[in-house]
Amino acid sequence: MSSRSAARLGRSIALHLFLTPLALIWLFPLWMMVVFSTMPDNGIFSPGIELLPHGNFIDNFNNLQRDTNFVGAIGISVSVAVTYTFLSVLLTSMAGWALARYQFFGKGAVVAIILGTITLPYAVVLIPQFIMVARDFKLANTWVALIVPPLFNSLGVLFMRQSFSMMPDDLFDAARVEGVKEWRIFLFVALPLARPMLAALAIILFLASWNNYLWPLLINSQPGSMTAPVALGTLIGLTKVSWGGIMAGAVMLTVPMLVVFVLLQRHFIAGIAAGAVK
Amino acid sequence: MRNRNATAYRFLTPYLLIFAIFWVWPIISSFMISFQATRTVPWRFAPGFNWGRLIGDPAFFNALKNTLLILVIQVPVMISLALVMAVLLNSPLLKARGLYRFAFFAPVVVGEVAYSAVFRLMFNLDFGIINKLLNSIGLPKIDWFSNVTPAMALIMIAVTWRWAGYNAIILLAGMQSIPEDVYEAATLDRVSKLKQFFYITLPLLKPVIVFCLVLSIIGTMQLFTEPFLITERGGPGGGTETLGLLLYRQGFRSLNFGYASAVAYTMAGLAIAITLAQLWLTREPK
Repeated sequence: MSSRSAARLGRSIALHLFLTPLALIWLFPLWMMVVFSTMPDNGIFSPGIELLPHGNFIDNFNNLQRDTNFVGAIGISVSVAVTYTFLSVLLTSMAGWALARYQFFGKGAVVAIILGTITLPYAVVLIPQFIMVARDFKLANTWVALIVPPLFNSLGVLFMRQSFSMMPDDLFDAARVEGVKEWRIFLFVALPLARPMLAALAIILFLASWNNYLWPLLINSQPGSMTAPVALGTLIGLTKVSWGGIMAGAVMLTVPMLVVFVLLQRHFIAGIAAGAVK
Repeated sequence: MRNRNATAYRFLTPYLLIFAIFWVWPIISSFMISFQATRTVPWRFAPGFNWGRLIGDPAFFNALKNTLLILVIQVPVMISLALVMAVLLNSPLLKARGLYRFAFFAPVVVGEVAYSAVFRLMFNLDFGIINKLLNSIGLPKIDWFSNVTPAMALIMIAVTWRWAGYNAIILLAGMQSIPEDVYEAATLDRVSKLKQFFYITLPLLKPVIVFCLVLSIIGTMQLFTEPFLITERGGPGGGTETLGLLLYRQGFRSLNFGYASAVAYTMAGLAIAITLAQLWLTREPK
């Protein structure tokens, strides 16, 4: 072996020796979430070190369902996230299309305002949003309250604008010569071409809705209208509560997303790399 | 590209409508609310009421201090860690890259509530796995929840765990867009890998790093769920109270919208000031 390749091997070993413990530390909380979700409460709160799953998941889940209607909350979370994702992808790509493909009065201002909101904390709009939705529109504890106010997002629009502006002009011009209407060009030419970007956007938006906590906590606080994270959050800190149950809920919120992440990793990473979450 | 006002605005209208109703109006509204006494019916205009209270409120300064402390320590640590992750994940020497990527990127999909619950159990005083492991290697256990310093450390650890991989994804994408031949030329000139990192990667990555810093600062500025759920409403005794938590408490527990709006605008002012300072400090020399 030459000294060059020996040095390479040494570097490779050092790399793995450093990265492996770090990766294990990073996986540890997720692993423990799974372990806790399969342990009875007296096992979680016992002096021994337990690092392997037990067989108590179903009991824990039943305890969780006794403490709060978690299945119902999951149902709300899924329906809201699906509806939100569909509407948000549509709105966001329509706006991105307009900004990418047309020259119009006020375009610079629209882009500047969208960029400006990236640096603006959500906290600034939280209170008036709440007053408006709960008091003025009387929409607290409804699906509309969960879906509509979060529809605005800035990074998603910039992402879609960039995606559409990279498409060649002649594609759309050919359709225009044929007399195809603009909205049909958008729906039937542009959107199908943007499929990978739409997938990335949809995944990120679904995840954002699925995990959203503060807004649903404030606006849908009635037990029958809570999303799953909010329902789970109400149990944390209670004295007489099954922690195994809470962990079973945490697993049910997390594991499906992990599976999606593994299956659609490319789209996921593309969405985040573009900064598509706000 | 053609000039078509009507068509463009037809596509933009739904988006701009949502924006106007749920962002533009609230931005104006919360500014106005911050100048009103909101615990009388009807609300009355009292310009100094909330802001005057804010500058004399020890609870506000406590929350401000905690938020800035977390910001100053956690954000640089996390971004450095993310940078290390990204560089190492990008190394051609790495085997089983997919597994490592999964390990670091997985927390990105984990919700705040789920991971807050896990961290509470893991750091439990008597039964938490962290203290058991500390004990087993001969270290004393740490009371993470009843002392301020460990509680703050716990919040920072939790946030770093959740967001380091997220930033690493963005940084990694930035690194992969740096043309390969720059490194090839440097390698031919026998420039060491370490020097390549400091003289090629870092300068070319600067805009991406700034983007990550800005997003992280704005996120940490509004930190709410972790001190709300992990350290139990900002405990011990307000030791991990943040501006986000103060806003929640004032706005939605005491229903004091005026004061909460003043807190919100303070957060926005700080976020914008830090972002501008950031952009100014890292501007390209002309």
